[in-house]
Order: sequence, then structure tokens, then C-alpha cells
Amino acid sequence: MNRKSRIAAAPYLVWMIIFIVVPLVLIGVFAFTTTVKTDADGNFLSGEDIAAMQEELDIQNEENGTELVVETYDKVIFTLDNLFRVSDYMPVLVKSLWLAAVATAICLVIAYPLAYMISRIGEGRQKIMIMLIMLPMWMNFLLRTYAWMTLLERNGWINKFFALLGMGPFDMINTQGAVVLGMVYNYLPFMILPLYSVMVKIDSRTVEAASDLGANSLQVFSHVVLPLSMPGIASGITMVFVPAISTFIISRMLGGGTNMLIGDLIDLQFLGNAYNPNLGAAISLVLMVFILLCMSITNQLDNEDMEGVLL
Amino acid sequence: MKKLTHKLYTAVVFAFLYIPIVVLIINSFNASKSRTVWTGFTFDWYRRLFTNGTILSSLGNTLIVAAIASVCATVLGTAAAIGIYNMHKFSRAVIINISYLPILNPEIVTGVSLMLLFVSANLNFGYLTLILSHITFCVPYVILNVLPKMRQMNRYLYEAAMDLGASPVQAFFKVIIPEIMPGIITGFLMSITYSIDDFVISYFTYGPTSQTLSITIYSMTRRKVSPEVNALSAIIFVVVLAALLVMNIVESRRDTERIPRRKKNAEVSGK
Repeated sequence: MNRKSRIAAAPYLVWMIIFIVVPLVLIGVFAFTTTVKTDADGNFLSGEDIAAMQEELDIQNEENGTELVVETYDKVIFTLDNLFRVSDYMPVLVKSLWLAAVATAICLVIAYPLAYMISRIGEGRQKIMIMLIMLPMWMNFLLRTYAWMTLLERNGWINKFFALLGMGPFDMINTQGAVVLGMVYNYLPFMILPLYSVMVKIDSRTVEAASDLGANSLQVFSHVVLPLSMPGIASGITMVFVPAISTFIISRMLGGGTNMLIGDLIDLQFLGNAYNPNLGAAISLVLMVFILLCMSITNQLDNEDMEGVLL
Repeated sequence: MKKLTHKLYTAVVFAFLYIPIVVLIINSFNASKSRTVWTGFTFDWYRRLFTNGTILSSLGNTLIVAAIASVCATVLGTAAAIGIYNMHKFSRAVIINISYLPILNPEIVTGVSLMLLFVSANLNFGYLTLILSHITFCVPYVILNVLPKMRQMNRYLYEAAMDLGASPVQAFFKVIIPEIMPGIITGFLMSITYSIDDFVISYFTYGPTSQTLSITIYSMTRRKVSPEVNALSAIIFVVVLAALLVMNIVESRRDTERIPRRKKNAEVSGK
């Protein structure tokens, strides 16, 4: 192969610029601009101005039998308003952050022991276990979330079960707990798989050596298993946290109308009733910058720990 | 005792993962339209599913989009990986980092950004926008899988082929492509899977004529859901389960075949 083969990447480079770079630039452009109405001379017109002018025209229209409408021109201007308006939605951002963090923590707590157990059993059974963990991921996640609606409803299956025990019914659907449950359920495999893939590489002789040298099981865990599994923890956290904080389906299906998250907010600005792509782009920009920052931090942690392990 | 708690724990987690799926499958045989009352066994929903035009046409759309997008993404991504591999270190790093943005970014941001692109370019939302977006989020997976294979490949294989009289085109198709084939196939399969499974990006880029299955399911869950969706999910589950089982069996057969072959190689090299 030679340097000339670089040409092979040319079609992709064009593609990358059009479909990755330009769209992201557009988010920036929309986030920092807004469309205003002006008259033919370029003077700004507020909604009231236009209404007043239209009233005058209407009088003329009635006299002359014409159907004149105020002529306005769209003008795109630079503004920071959209970004300032994002702060109006601070409670929504904080809530998304909180629910996603809780879901990620629960996923880690559930997945860590499971991934370790799977990594310590026979190879054939490991394969089957991993297949069984991946299998639900291949089902459409809307269907899986919909199934939880059936389970959690007020007269759903779980409440029926409680009724048999003489308890309930409990309000489970349309709560924050249901949203967290949906996140944990949908993204748990994303935590198990990276954890498993680093743990399977931990030599059981390392663990045995540590206990032979007098470490108790807590020390084996904190000095051997935990540091060696750090890269898996870091990638598991990002793989769960990113989709969890930006989801809009889980919160809509399981959280009812009251548990709005960032994702719902963005969706509302583009395809919902509150059509305002400029504000939507500003929220997306904030979300994107926040997540890329978080990722660079976890990457940093991950690398440092790896070096620590190597030393 | 320890083993028992391990088994119990594993069982509880798997129960958590599978209970919703079991519920869907049970409900697909429920004669009642209600999701929570069992009134009797029926195959009715399966029969109705195959006469439901909306579901069938969206299933068709999903498959068409997945096929076109994954083939395009595989060709584009493989060529890109070959080109990127031969680039200077700096430009390579920049391009790889930009390529991974659609994977790293939240899906909703990718979806919204593509929507803004299509709106700004005055494109009508439909098959074209849907396929373009699917190619865009599939290509990184192909590059991600092909690039390591390029790195593992012996740099001099290509030159050796040319020295032995192959033209550059022959050397490329007979030496390079077979070497990186496993990466290409994995990338292709991942593209198909992600394309079929995608909801969020399709949601922002589909048009009224190009509804995929995910979109149809979504619009159904917003209204009263018909139990045909349950029947559909039961079928999908069985198909995926069968596919995974077949893949596993093929893989384990290949493994058992490989062991004697390796032994033979060892004998040959031993001589």
C-alpha cells in the first residue's frame, strides 16, 4: 500500500463534511441566531407592529375590496437569547442529569457482580450467558418499554400480584421511579458487556496470588479486581449515561406528561407544539458540549488508571 | 452456599431482563384486547398482523432502508478505512475523531443536526433523507471494524503480490480485501443491526412515505396499542433467538473444525 491509496478516503471525506461537520455547524448557527421580521427597509417589526399595520390595511381592503397583507421579510440575526433561554429550563436539565446519574449508578451496582460472576465460569457457559444478555437488546426498545407500561399500570400485572397479597394498588407508572426503571432496564446490557469484556481478561491466578499473599476478599477486590476493571467501568458509565440523559421515549412512555427530560424538550422544539428550532438547537448544543466534556473527563480517568495498573 | 447466591443473583437479573418480553409474548396470545385481562388463547393477532398493511409496509421500508444503507456504508467505510490507514498521523487522527462523533454524540443530537441539514437544503423528508442519515450513522461502525484489520495486516503483503506480478487492482482485490474481510463483514452486520433497530435518528429524518417499523410502533404506542404489535414482537424475538442460535452453532462447529486443522499445521511445521 502506498500514500496514493489515500484517495480511497476522498468520497468519505466529502460525505463526512456534508453529513457530520455541516450538520453540527448548523446546530451552532441555529443556536446563535434567530429569525426576525423586518419591513422592506430592514427595520425590525414586532408582532404588535405587524398587527397594527395589518389593521390599517384591513380598513383599506374593506374600502377597495382588495386583500392586501402586510409585507414582511425574514431576517436572521445573531443573538445569545436562545442560550440564555436554556437556563429557564434549568429544572429540566437538573432532573435529567439526576435521573440519568441514578440509573447509571444502579446499572453499575447490578452489573458489576454479574459481570464478574460470568467472567469466572466455564467458557461455553460464558458464551450462552452473554448471548442471553444481548438477546433483549435485539428487540425493538420501544416494544420493551411498552411492555413495562403493561407491567406498571395501575391495573397492571405487578399491581395484580400485590392485590393477591392484599396490598396496593400502588402508583408506579408516571413516576420518576418508573423512568429510572426504564433506563436501567434498557441500558443494563450496555453496562454488563464492557465490564465483562475487561473482567474476562483478569487472570484468575492474579486473584489467587493476592489471596495467597494474605489479602482478604475485600482487599482482593479493592486492590486487584477494581483497579483492573476500571476501563470497563469508565466505558460502561458513558455507554449508559449518554443515552439515559438524552432519552425522550422512556420519559414519555413511563413518566407520563409530568416527567419531562432534556430529550423531550428538544423534541418539542423540533417536532412538537413549541416549534422553535433555534431554541432546540441551543439546548442540543448545551447537551452535546456537556456530554463531550464529561467523556473527556472519564477518558482522562480511564487513562490514568490504566497507567497506574501498568506501573 | 456462595455458588447458590451467585446462581440466585444471576437468575434475578435475568428474570428482570426477560419478564417484559415474556409479558409481550403471553399477551400476543390473549384473546382480550386489554393488556391486563386474560380471556383466552387465540392466534387471531398473528393472523391480523399479516393483513395489517401499515405494519407490513413499514417492515418492508425498514428492510429496504437497512439493505441500501448498510451496503453503501460498507463500501464507503471500507474505502475510507483504506485511505485513512495510509494517511499522515495528524490528518488520520483528525478524521478518525470526527468520524466517531455520530457514535459519541447523543442520538437525538445527531438526529436533530441531520434534520436541520435537510431543512436547510430544502430536501423533502422521505426515503432519501432516511437512507442518507442511516448511512451517516452506519459508516463509523464500518471504519471502526475495518481499520484494526488494516493495522493487523502485514504491510508488505501488497508489495509482495505486486512483485509476484499482480497488477495493483489484482493485488487489492486478491490480497488486501481477503485480509480485511472479517472486519468488513462485522461492520456490515453491525450496520444492518443498527439500521433496523434505529428509532431516534429515523424519527427526525423520516417522511410520511417512508415510515420504518420503529416509527410505526412508536405511533402505535402513542395511541391505544393494538395487540398485533405484541404478535409482531413475539415473532421478532423468535427470529432473533433463532439467528443467534444458528450463529452460535456455526461458530462452535467452525471452532471444532479448526482444532484438527491447526494440529495438522503444527505437524507440517514440525517436519
